[in-house]
Amino acid sequence: MAVTDLQIIKRPVIQVSGIRKTYGQTVAVDEVSFEVNEGEIFGLIGPNGAGKTTTMECIEGLRTPDRGIISVLGLDPFRQVYKVQERIGVQLQQAQLQKRIKVWEAVDLWASLYRKKAIDAEHLLNQLGLTDKRNAWFMNLSGGQKQRLFIALALINDPDVVFLDELTTGLDPQARRAIWDLVRDIRDRGKTVFLTTHLMEEAERLCDRVAIIEHGRIIDIDKPERLIDRHCPERTIVLTTDDTTAEQRFRSIRGVTAVSCTDGRFNISGRGDDLVTEVIQCLSENRIRVTDFRTILPNLEDVFLKLTGHSIRE
Amino acid sequence: MMLRGLWKLTWIEIKIFLREPLGAFGAIALPVLVFLVLGRVANRKLEPSSHAGSTFVRVDLPVLASILIAISAVLSLVTIISIYREGGILKRLRATPLRPQTILTAHVIVKLTLTAATLALMVLAGRRYYPVGLHAPLFSFTIALLISTWSILSIGFLIASIVPTARFAQPIGAIILYPMIALSGLFVPIEALPPVLRAVARVLPLTYAVHLLRGIWNGDVWSAHLGDLAALAVVFVVCTALSAKVFRWE
Repeated sequence: MAVTDLQIIKRPVIQVSGIRKTYGQTVAVDEVSFEVNEGEIFGLIGPNGAGKTTTMECIEGLRTPDRGIISVLGLDPFRQVYKVQERIGVQLQQAQLQKRIKVWEAVDLWASLYRKKAIDAEHLLNQLGLTDKRNAWFMNLSGGQKQRLFIALALINDPDVVFLDELTTGLDPQARRAIWDLVRDIRDRGKTVFLTTHLMEEAERLCDRVAIIEHGRIIDIDKPERLIDRHCPERTIVLTTDDTTAEQRFRSIRGVTAVSCTDGRFNISGRGDDLVTEVIQCLSENRIRVTDFRTILPNLEDVFLKLTGHSIRE
Repeated sequence: MMLRGLWKLTWIEIKIFLREPLGAFGAIALPVLVFLVLGRVANRKLEPSSHAGSTFVRVDLPVLASILIAISAVLSLVTIISIYREGGILKRLRATPLRPQTILTAHVIVKLTLTAATLALMVLAGRRYYPVGLHAPLFSFTIALLISTWSILSIGFLIASIVPTARFAQPIGAIILYPMIALSGLFVPIEALPPVLRAVARVLPLTYAVHLLRGIWNGDVWSAHLGDLAALAVVFVVCTALSAKVFRWE
């Protein structure tokens, strides 16, 4: 069971209210407001250039918004930047380390930067599968190993909130899945995770709640499944049959909104959680013989398309 | 407080520097070799005939070599800061409670340490191969070189603050710093320069560094060089203040 389901009283650990940030003439972020609750994985999702990194770096205290209020763990990340940085862990997009720094040296250095006692570095490296790479130079690590090292550096001070910016960009699917497991582990240890991604699959599978951002503005915020229910309630069943009476019967099913057919291949669209059951019942009652049966559920990708009128990849 | 992480970062940066393929050789061995070769050549050619020649070997060569060490340290700092900025390393460090000035201080300490180590090697090598500077006050000279380097490092920071990309950092730094040697009084006395160049020489920090180093090498007392020290301090303060204004972390 997910941690968020157990929480009765949710405490916001990050509060962002009406922030705006411009670079010259370009408005990077405008009127962005949201809250991140304790113990959840919160995702800021949107295409590249939507304002994800700018928003995240304002919260981390690396940038100052032109206006608006940000609170992290009850602190002001601008005026109390060092206090905030003591209690957060950060992984930056496209950051590097010194080419020839060894893995253990980086972890050891980072551990020395914080006032509170760092967690056991060897244990951390072991958890992240970096023990046999502890003497390797940063430049000789693979993409996945570098990201795992950055996660280690983000966790070394046992932070209350962990920020992960485009953590799995450029990784192969296998490394990506391994990283997802690590992020879930972080949440399950009671930390709050704030992440950005332009990968909708990642957001859907990893995040407890997501905020969709485009052109510097938040479009909607909710749990992924609720966003899908709200914006894309239609689901589609694809089946193949040569039964000539089928089409008429499918149209009479409750909740069905459209039926199309080409060469015995039917697309049945409709709403409601019972749709699939209803279709199966119809098939069985009428002894309709099918040779293929698939359900297509909408995903965040479809939500994004619906909300913005274009695909996130465009 | 501000020192948290300083020594660890400094030590790691020294180790990283020595791991560079040309790091130790370029910064330490090369200046010493150049010094030895030049010294031997100059010594053999000039010693019997002219007095000026032996002054060159006794005083100016060590000063020139020291200045070269200082400039190479500064150029290496400029390059490192640019690379660190371009690679997001500075930004990553800044996202920790590490103070910005701690990061920069660590790099200054690394460069000063290397400068001192190179100087020590040079003196040792010089003693072994020909009798130069035997009676020079080495401790004072080292301090003078460190002060000069510190001051020139602030110019390096200013360059690193302004130059946009790592590719241009080193060449631009070299173009700014090396010509200063020509006007520093090492080769041509300041008084013998045309008025315009003399005026330029008077505002270049290297002129004061050379005057200081030469004096200390010759056994001057520190109080005779308060003007040089003041000039180097002014350069440091002005450049540091300017780079604090224009420095970019990313």
